Amino acid sequence: MPKTKNALVGAHFMNGDVACAEGAITAGCRFFAGYPITPATEIAEHLSQRMPEFGGIYVQMEDEIASMAAVIGASYSGLKAMTATSGPGFSLMQENIGLAVMTEAPCVVVDVMRGGPSTGQPTMPGQQDVMQAKWGSHGDYGIVALTPSSVQEMFNLTVEAFNLSETYRVPTLLMADEIVAHMWEKVVIPPTDKLRIVNRKKPNGPREKYLPFKPDADLVPPMACFGEGYRFHATGLTHDERGFPQTSSSEVQSRLVKRLCEKIEKNSGKIIRVEEVMLEDADVVVVAYGIVARAALSGIRKAREKGIKAGLLRLITLWPFPEKIVARVAGQAKAIVVPEMNCGQLVREVERAAKETPVAFLSKLGEEPHTPLEILEVIRRNS
Amino acid sequence: MVQEMVHPFSKYLRAEMMPHIWCPGCGNGIVLNCFVHALDELQTDLDRLVVVSGIGCIGRTAGYTNADSFHTTHGRSLAFATGVKLANPELEVVVISGDGDLFAIGGNHFIHAARRNIGVKVLCANNLNYGMTGGQQGPTTPLESVTTTSPYGNIEHPFNLVHLAAASGATYVARWTSLHVRRLTQSIEKMMQKKGFCFVEVLSPCPEIYGRYNRMRSGLEMMAWFKRASVVGNFSDPSKADITQDKIVVGEFVDVEKLSYEKMLHEKISKINEKALDGVS
Repeated sequence: MPKTKNALVGAHFMNGDVACAEGAITAGCRFFAGYPITPATEIAEHLSQRMPEFGGIYVQMEDEIASMAAVIGASYSGLKAMTATSGPGFSLMQENIGLAVMTEAPCVVVDVMRGGPSTGQPTMPGQQDVMQAKWGSHGDYGIVALTPSSVQEMFNLTVEAFNLSETYRVPTLLMADEIVAHMWEKVVIPPTDKLRIVNRKKPNGPREKYLPFKPDADLVPPMACFGEGYRFHATGLTHDERGFPQTSSSEVQSRLVKRLCEKIEKNSGKIIRVEEVMLEDADVVVVAYGIVARAALSGIRKAREKGIKAGLLRLITLWPFPEKIVARVAGQAKAIVVPEMNCGQLVREVERAAKETPVAFLSKLGEEPHTPLEILEVIRRNS
Repeated sequence: MVQEMVHPFSKYLRAEMMPHIWCPGCGNGIVLNCFVHALDELQTDLDRLVVVSGIGCIGRTAGYTNADSFHTTHGRSLAFATGVKLANPELEVVVISGDGDLFAIGGNHFIHAARRNIGVKVLCANNLNYGMTGGQQGPTTPLESVTTTSPYGNIEHPFNLVHLAAASGATYVARWTSLHVRRLTQSIEKMMQKKGFCFVEVLSPCPEIYGRYNRMRSGLEMMAWFKRASVVGNFSDPSKADITQDKIVVGEFVDVEKLSYEKMLHEKISKINEKALDGVS
């Protein structure tokens, strides 16, 4: 293996896509497969230049289906692997995101959300893929999705996404948006040895007794890789702990699918991250994420200036959904406001968790996210 | 004391996976047999071998082989294998899959894997239809063949797979039928020793499904067709190797040397990596 160049450290001025690419390198990612697409292309461009400097691989595949397949192959060959795309490519990747879920391949998928459906508005922001992140591939499964609100978080959460994917052997999605990806901001990168970098756990028993899909107490199986002498089989078919297909056993199907869901659900307390701003006495709570959360922060400050007790619950983890936190916050508030750059997606989860507390939804589509004044107006009406 | 007899090739197979799923008269067992013979002849290190399959009857081969193996989504075996080979070029990566998997749903991945010249070896069992789903017409179904989705006779022109592979840039291209076990085994051995993208097609009888609709109800009848129609034409023009009722041109079509993608990539990476390390403490 080639020696490793030191990752970028210190304060830099960069855009979100570049910050994401640098975050991947810092996290130990050494394989990127992708296909050009606005507004995620700069991640591929930057990694095509940077990966070889670290002995890593950049490969441009023939489409997003192939990109996702190659990422799983590289992950099974022992490398931390990633791809990056936007809505149209994210749709194509769903097939093999399901394969990564089923074969428990650690990997990171970045979706820089633009306006949809279909080709939509390639250079405009959106938050229209957040339900697809949870439900996009067929079948039931648990998944992890994070959402950055700043260029700094494009870096931080890319590192975190790798850590979560390696810990839980699950594809981890970074649901960014066009603004966060293309905006230039200051990013401070600590030395890599000061960061928490997680690597997948390896089997330690005798090779001939290795069961590739037998989970530990945390519901995650240790992972052998190709060429390590374990001679294991993995398949997208329903399989037993040996990795062998079991296509007609209800018991195996039930045990496997439930574990794939539960390994995320039961560890959700360790996965979920939110930011709480001025919630202690808040009558009106704005629940927001991504670039919209920054307008929401400004909105609640303006509300406070007008004497309205407003607060912000910023979701950093979208999936698993922070249901208990939303329920707790809603229980103390008179009203919830949810601004999203879609026609109403995550608001449904908020409504479900908020129970009796009324939830007001504010949709915005197209070029710009909500303005602070638009959010202030909804806070005022619900105060 | 009765001694248990162990088949000399059992070390290449996963006994726990048997019995296999294939029908009587199917050629896939012959394909697997020839592959295993080639592994034995070459004394392949099974710890460095990765067998990748897509979906379909022959797709189960990955699971039957006692090496690291992966059964991908339909059509994606070559894209997956590209990731495996690039991430660890020391591994011997073989894709064993069917004509529908590799050339219909996976056709785009095939031409691009060949174009890049990734060092993955492809063994394609061509049974002229979608066997696992009950015999629908596919990209290799001959004109006028009857299948469950071409009940009035197929009107789609089939791919000539060796021509497609050669035109896409494969460094080794061969075609045999399941009748030609020795020459098939030799071709598999040959491709396993080459560095670039290689393609071996095997016409594999599907009497239970394809043959049933096309007046060849047994494996033997299908093998008789292969015997009657096969013409060995080594290094003949692949563009003239269309499969018809009367003529199946078999043999080696391409055998050239070309730097593999992973070799070019890793040499470049090494140079850039070294340059980047200058001045790094």
